[in-house]
Amino acid sequence: MTQLALVIDLNVCVGCHACVTSCKQWNTSGSAGPLVDDQPYGKDPSGTFFNRVQTFEVGEYPHTQTVHFPKSCLHCEDPPCVPVCPTGASYKRKEDGIVLVDYDKCIGCKYCSWACPYGAREFDEDRKVMTKCTLCVDRVTDKALPEPERKPACVLACPANARLFGDVHDPESAVSTAIRERGGYALMPEWNTRPANHYLPRQRTGMTIHAEDLVRVDNPLKIDGKQPELPQQGAGREDYAT
Amino acid sequence: MNPAFSVIFLTTLIGAGQGLFLALFGAELAGFRGAEAGARDFLVMGGVVALVLTGGGLLASFFHLGRPERAWRSATMWRSSWLSREVIALPVFMGCLFLWTAGHALGLPSTLALGSVAVLAALALFLCTAMVYISVRFLQEWASTYTFVNYTLLGLASGCTLATALAAHGAPSLVRAYGACALLFTLAGLVSRSLSLARNARIRPRSTVQTAIGIRHPQIVQRAMGFMGGSFNTREFFHGRTPGALRQVKWAFLLGAFVLPLCLLAIGLASASAGLLALAFVVQYAGLLAERWFFLAQANHPQNLYYQAVS
Repeated sequence: MTQLALVIDLNVCVGCHACVTSCKQWNTSGSAGPLVDDQPYGKDPSGTFFNRVQTFEVGEYPHTQTVHFPKSCLHCEDPPCVPVCPTGASYKRKEDGIVLVDYDKCIGCKYCSWACPYGAREFDEDRKVMTKCTLCVDRVTDKALPEPERKPACVLACPANARLFGDVHDPESAVSTAIRERGGYALMPEWNTRPANHYLPRQRTGMTIHAEDLVRVDNPLKIDGKQPELPQQGAGREDYAT
Repeated sequence: MNPAFSVIFLTTLIGAGQGLFLALFGAELAGFRGAEAGARDFLVMGGVVALVLTGGGLLASFFHLGRPERAWRSATMWRSSWLSREVIALPVFMGCLFLWTAGHALGLPSTLALGSVAVLAALALFLCTAMVYISVRFLQEWASTYTFVNYTLLGLASGCTLATALAAHGAPSLVRAYGACALLFTLAGLVSRSLSLARNARIRPRSTVQTAIGIRHPQIVQRAMGFMGGSFNTREFFHGRTPGALRQVKWAFLLGAFVLPLCLLAIGLASASAGLLALAFVVQYAGLLAERWFFLAQANHPQNLYYQAVS
């Protein structure tokens, strides 16, 4: 079974909102109709977005880290928003695990948004139906597009490559490898929704320099005796690495 | 959550309608039959009032929908959705109620059988209405058996209070029995609602900002939610009132839905005043509107963790 998903690398997200604007641009231009923008230049602007970048400050000043946190639908493997839908407009695609809303069946009762702990769904005040991230289903399945472009708009737009896209059920895929090797985690695990999207945690950046790292063991000048001998002799740390 | 008035009217009106019907059918079971001319008129009049209440609730529910013209679709997913089951149970109850009322109006002999089916439908509707809220497990204030007990007891209480007020006009022999039931259910509702308030005051949210973004650090604050205007997420999930205002509504509904109606019922029964009994229902219904507003507003949705600071 395929489960398409995003893996978001919090270690490199710089909070530029390129994924937000590209998402809005792609999804407002599709055949499903524009995403509402109510008074975009007015006093109290409001609009529908499928993706947001939020900013959190972790720690106490001055020892703080700013974490930019992109949030969109997590395409849960056990989506709580789907069984509550009274019309069947909310569904999870069998073939690739994308959670979608059929805009022609939705009655706009908003019950699915109550049943999503992540606030991933946004009601469209113009179309009067519930909308949500489609994982750009119209892009990723479009055979007319060249293979590298069959990715969600947000993934293509990210300048830091903080967004990976692929099949999390395929253990060999880049997303599965990233989750496995870099401690990928799911949001709000306490509700057992089993989100397909994962987040890669921040990593401590730093390096340890050993004295011998500054010296080339095989320095030709030293071998030729043209340079004074240094205390470090023989095989270095790296010679034992393998 | 941000309470929607459509939902408040839906749940309070159908609750009172169900309670009224159960009171009427209880009288019929107890031997208050259509044989006497006055009895038949009273049961028919009560049935019509219950129909008007549930019909009003059904009408109110349409105002909750973005696309009311597609409302018929909401009956399709009854296998998985409690909302869908409620959408089916409400018209089924109304249909049974209509047949029972019509049976009395036409003097048919099968009203007991029709009424029994309607009782099952009314109980199923109480269950479905409560389960719509109980089944959203993230809303810990709702996900409790108290929700079902309160919906049922408050429906019975308001229905019996209304039955008492109606009986004062159409069936004086029933006033004392209905009055006793109304006092009993209102008191029981006060106890169970107080217990649920106590339970909700002790809730520890399972989701925290730490689990919401997956960073294990005791000190995390949001600096920006990603936009400065409003959105569905900032409108739908928070009532926008201060904790003080919420506390005032709580005391208002405890007074309006329970304490005042209990006093009015007691005085009305003692002085045999139809006006006071009618006032008891009006006050209790207004109190229940506040109670339902509070019930919806008190639920703290975990998605609010993502919308703490504009910028």
